Amino acid sequence: MSVNDLFKQELKVINLGLKSFQNDLKSQGVTTVQVNWKPKAGGKKNMLNLLGRISKTKKL
Amino acid sequence: MLDIIETANKEALEIIQNGQPTLVGLGVAGEVIPGMAKDLFLHAGPPVTWEKMSGPLRGGVMGGLMYEGLASTPEEAAAYAASGKLRFDPCHHHDAVGPMAGIVTSKMPVWIVENKAYGNRAYCTLNEGLGKVLRMGAYGPEVIKHLQWMETVLYPVLKATIEIHGPIDLKTMIAQALQMGDEVHNRNKAATSLLIREIAPSILKTSFSNEEKIAVLEFLNSNDHTFLNLSMPAAKATLEPVGKVKHSTIVYTMARNGTEFGIRVAALGKRWFTAPAEIIDGLYFPGFTKEDANPDVGDSCITETLGIGGFSMATAPAIVQFVGGTPKDAVRYTTSMYEITTEESRAYKLPTMNFRGSPTGIDIRKVIETQVLPVINTGIASKEAGVGQVGAGIVHPPMACFEQALEAYVNLLEDEGLLEE
Amino acid sequence: MGCPAKTSTRARHMTLRTKIKRNAYYDSVTLMLLSRELQNLEGVEDVLVGMGTDLNLDLARDLGLATSELEALTPNDLFIAAKIDESKTSMDVLESAFNDYLNKRAETDGDDDFQPSSLSSAIQSMPGANMVLVSIAGEYAAAEVDEALDAGLHVMLFSDNVSVEDELRLKQKAVEKGLLMMGPDCGTAIINGKPLCFANAVRRGKIGVVGASGTGTQEVTVQVHKLGEGLSQVIGTGGRDLKEQIGGLMMIQGFQSLIADPETDLIVLISKPPAPSVAEKIYQIAKTSPKPVVIDFIGGDRAAVEAAGAVPCISLEDAAQKAVRILRGEAYADFTGFSLPDEQIDRIIEREVAKLKPDQTELRALFTGGTLADEAMKLLGVHHDIYSNIPLSPEMAIENLPSGRGHICLDLGEDKFTRGRPHPMIDPQTRTEFFKSHVDGNTGVILVDVVLGFGSYHDPAGAVAESVREIRHRLAEQGKDVVVVASVCGTELDSQDLNKSIETLEAEGVIVLPSNAQAVRFTDRVLQRMKKGV
Repeated sequence: MSVNDLFKQELKVINLGLKSFQNDLKSQGVTTVQVNWKPKAGGKKNMLNLLGRISKTKKL
Repeated sequence: MLDIIETANKEALEIIQNGQPTLVGLGVAGEVIPGMAKDLFLHAGPPVTWEKMSGPLRGGVMGGLMYEGLASTPEEAAAYAASGKLRFDPCHHHDAVGPMAGIVTSKMPVWIVENKAYGNRAYCTLNEGLGKVLRMGAYGPEVIKHLQWMETVLYPVLKATIEIHGPIDLKTMIAQALQMGDEVHNRNKAATSLLIREIAPSILKTSFSNEEKIAVLEFLNSNDHTFLNLSMPAAKATLEPVGKVKHSTIVYTMARNGTEFGIRVAALGKRWFTAPAEIIDGLYFPGFTKEDANPDVGDSCITETLGIGGFSMATAPAIVQFVGGTPKDAVRYTTSMYEITTEESRAYKLPTMNFRGSPTGIDIRKVIETQVLPVINTGIASKEAGVGQVGAGIVHPPMACFEQALEAYVNLLEDEGLLEE
Repeated sequence: MGCPAKTSTRARHMTLRTKIKRNAYYDSVTLMLLSRELQNLEGVEDVLVGMGTDLNLDLARDLGLATSELEALTPNDLFIAAKIDESKTSMDVLESAFNDYLNKRAETDGDDDFQPSSLSSAIQSMPGANMVLVSIAGEYAAAEVDEALDAGLHVMLFSDNVSVEDELRLKQKAVEKGLLMMGPDCGTAIINGKPLCFANAVRRGKIGVVGASGTGTQEVTVQVHKLGEGLSQVIGTGGRDLKEQIGGLMMIQGFQSLIADPETDLIVLISKPPAPSVAEKIYQIAKTSPKPVVIDFIGGDRAAVEAAGAVPCISLEDAAQKAVRILRGEAYADFTGFSLPDEQIDRIIEREVAKLKPDQTELRALFTGGTLADEAMKLLGVHHDIYSNIPLSPEMAIENLPSGRGHICLDLGEDKFTRGRPHPMIDPQTRTEFFKSHVDGNTGVILVDVVLGFGSYHDPAGAVAESVREIRHRLAEQGKDVVVVASVCGTELDSQDLNKSIETLEAEGVIVLPSNAQAVRFTDRVLQRMKKGV
């Protein structure tokens, strides 16, 4: 999707972070979804490492 | 081109979607359950020893011994159980599932559910009703007497009934119940009603006395949870073939023995990943508090493993109150389960979710990545053997089960040389 | 939760009572919750609310709550059985609590909407999403932006503390995919008429803006609105975009999209002076732009802009004025004056300066908007030596201020002042404290900005007014007063309301100018007038 396509669409926003930004968007009638964002795997290093290792498996 | 994991999970999901759980009849545990024996008691959850068993399991074992005639008093039963003469094994190791304590002894009648798509069978005892019951660890004389009535009246009537009626498609019945306000774990009112409606004519066609037929119908009608002991083996029969899919990260068992919570993952076969079971933050019956509660117990979360039960809470707003929630909360519970699952069920559609299919196929990678744990609706047993149910609520498996499973899974792929450097 | 210990001493005062409601069905869960609720009432030792099922009647017996009245119940009858202290309560009290509880529950709805726990599930749960707004901690932000771009979504990255390497990589990816990647540290954008983060409510129109600075962009959009025109798109780039390392990737991407946008007739570019190589790239595009281009590279190279066929500006307000005039086909020139006639401005200056004593010679400019502070430094620095945390030359750094005496202009939104607290546009406390610590009997003039709009504090004018009231009170004890100058960056459509904000400030004797440039210019004149002596 190019920037100029975006200009022709209804803005739909995914908000990661400050809830107040989403409230402002909501008050303007913008469709939004707030992400209950947490660091991946709760930021646990060993789990992130495990997930990282299986993100690259051999193709069949 | 999909990688190994995606390919395996696709196969696992295909198995779940294609499952055809069908009630094909009833039998006696000792005769139909593979590996069942007089000196073997099955229990809920992952393996556990008598020494480590919590109240409800011990109570169930003691009641079972008295029911089997192997002991005549609770004291005798406890001594027998501790003597080593009795073997224990999880229901899950014998194609069976049991609610709460999940005690299965060889004399007990069981439902036989067959997955017509794959030919495997699953077994579950008949539901005893509410109040003081063996599955909650109660073992008083009235409990044993009721088990005997189930064996001598309920079982023969139902066995003959299903023989007359023929097999019953449980997948369709569950799908209907989900559209009638059940999630078929903690609420089985609609499904039980559907079952009674389906089999009532056949009950009447049996050759038993009116007195016996009436007693059976009244018992089924008095017990909303009659169907729980069918939704559980239906889920078990559907999921069991998934346990053979190599390299799949899909969970095919979640179960608790009152001491530990255990999960099993397709790629890792029969290996359990366990952690201490949690105390349930739920709604306690008047006169009881969290202090009275046993940690999480029972195989009934096999329903959640399939994507019904707590995963389909949105369709059963009546029971969300167990956690002081609203119908909107129920929708939120279900919506969050889509984050850790792989597909939406093609059969189990949820009206309040705009008829989305229930969240199906728990992926351990997603649980770890999102830190969202499966939602389980459950009953709460008293920690004292013999007391029974003290409440109901929502519980989650310990994250440690999934962490251990992921580690084992990565090691497996590494050992097989399947990871790219 | 649960029931209290049933001690015999307490039981002596307790009476067993029952209340029956026939044919009143409630589900068991509601009744369990109710039992718990009634249990907490004063004078209730134990209570059970239930339908008359065998199970419940057994339970009542077990709890010692059974009476003969219960024997005749059917499962369709509701009962409340309780042991109560009748000197403290009655069954009528329990019954009315019962009714209140049921009514209360019917009114309450669930709280918030479902919040997916990850970007990927948010993308799934909102089909057609096209913009991701990221304001999580900087160390995690790049990974999320990466994922958003991979999913073909535009990004506004508000977070700071994102490395230059990450910024470059992400912007390269965005450009490759034809996406916006506004930021990092991008606080202002208006896409399709919808303000994002810190932006003002302005009407839509034909002027498109690409801005590398937050409050600079806000000021231009507000001035365009005040002049009766509107904005098509306002694209942010983040402050580092025009540095050598990033090469103006997003300014160029935004510029080209506005050239291609049929709703945009004129383009305004705002930034601090870019790296020469980056400026050159932008001039090249400007040269071939079929649409007029107005450039405010705050204090940048005027001749180079003109050589590119673009229109240079002397202030943010000037940029807005020129944009509007060109759009309307009117003649334009640098705007160096005031909206009010000069004589009137002079009269106000004379009146204000007359309040000061000879030792009141210093400026205290306390800004919340970074670009507004920049603009003030550029305009005031021509005639005055100003110490600042954003000095025009290193020797004018605030640390070098001799014995605390001299003109001071601060950007209070800079990291040094915001550590561990919100940005002063969100929370006025920082500036309130600087009013207390930095204004004294030697201060002659105070200059402030008041930034309205989405994201900003709900009443920034009120906060300034309060500080001004306090400072006048404090100075009055020394027989002194002070000149206070402000501009309000906002419109009548902002929730804080431009006109109400002006009234609030004027009620405290603050001289409110219609733009930051005019407020700074006015301050400049006051300082020059003060040099002549009061």
